[in-house]
Amino acid sequence: MDTKKILEIVAAIAKKIEAEKNFLTELDNEIGDGDHGINLARGFKSVEEKLPTFADKDIGAILKGVGTQLVSTVGGASGPLYGTAFMKAGNACKGKTSLTPEEFVAALEAAVNGIKMRGKAVEGEKTMLDALCPALKALKDGLGGGKNFVDALTDAVDAAAAGVEYTKTIIATKGRASYLKERSLGHQDPGATSSLFMLQTTLEVLRED
Amino acid sequence: MVGIVIVSHSQKLAEGVVELAKMMAAQAPLAAAGGLDDGELGTSYEKIFAAVEKVYSADGVMILMDMGSAVMTTEMVLEDLDRPNVKMIDAPLVEGAVLAAVESAGGRSLEEISLRMEEVRATKKF
Repeated sequence: MDTKKILEIVAAIAKKIEAEKNFLTELDNEIGDGDHGINLARGFKSVEEKLPTFADKDIGAILKGVGTQLVSTVGGASGPLYGTAFMKAGNACKGKTSLTPEEFVAALEAAVNGIKMRGKAVEGEKTMLDALCPALKALKDGLGGGKNFVDALTDAVDAAAAGVEYTKTIIATKGRASYLKERSLGHQDPGATSSLFMLQTTLEVLRED
Repeated sequence: MVGIVIVSHSQKLAEGVVELAKMMAAQAPLAAAGGLDDGELGTSYEKIFAAVEKVYSADGVMILMDMGSAVMTTEMVLEDLDRPNVKMIDAPLVEGAVLAAVESAGGRSLEEISLRMEEVRATKKF
């Protein structure tokens, strides 16, 4: 995976989030403050506008740039959370112009740990971590078991989708949805859903090769 | 005097809290960082950063905020600023702001006000 591919993935994520803006916002209307889709789409639109200035940068700098842009433009909790995630992933890829599967895993792991740190959250609290943590584990297991990167990432996307389903069965204890207590049951978490979209989009771009 | 920054998702709420606190301590350096640039609900990294700069002095700054992204975005501003005399305080926004303003105007240090804020956190209204 080279710099060009990373830029393609980021651009595709921006398109996906824009396309799913209303869906994410509807999900957030159910259990949150109804701004997840709008906020994230605003953030990724500004990322998209910045992309040409990232063209000659290394992967670390691109991801860090994406994170910084999200922090300054999103406005909701997904700003500092995804912002930290991309910045930490960027740190893990400092100076690199291509990533091996293992380096991609290290970047994703840094991103997930960044979200845990920023949100003071763990799995099982009805957050983006419920999609991302199982995905990271499936990716590691797949690669460890000898699968190629696309197959392992396919497992990761499936695990993230299962994680999104799982968020319907649990009560939120973090974020705005935690005010609703058991009324958050039955609804899928918007953050877990947007995380799934990002992983799905990454896979789709890599499958095009 | 210690500077005080009020961070909220709502511009009106942040400005309202500053207004209330000023009523008790007109000379205290207070700044509101509420809402996004276009006035929409949300927290803005740039607004928080600018508000801290506005009330910053060697006496330091304390930041009070509402919830969620207000807390996380403030954390990121503090990490980037990297100044030990700029602190975020976990306290009720309105009562905390009024107390902080009064104490700041009274010439108390950042440390002293921080301790007083710990006390106010458990204060009952009735």
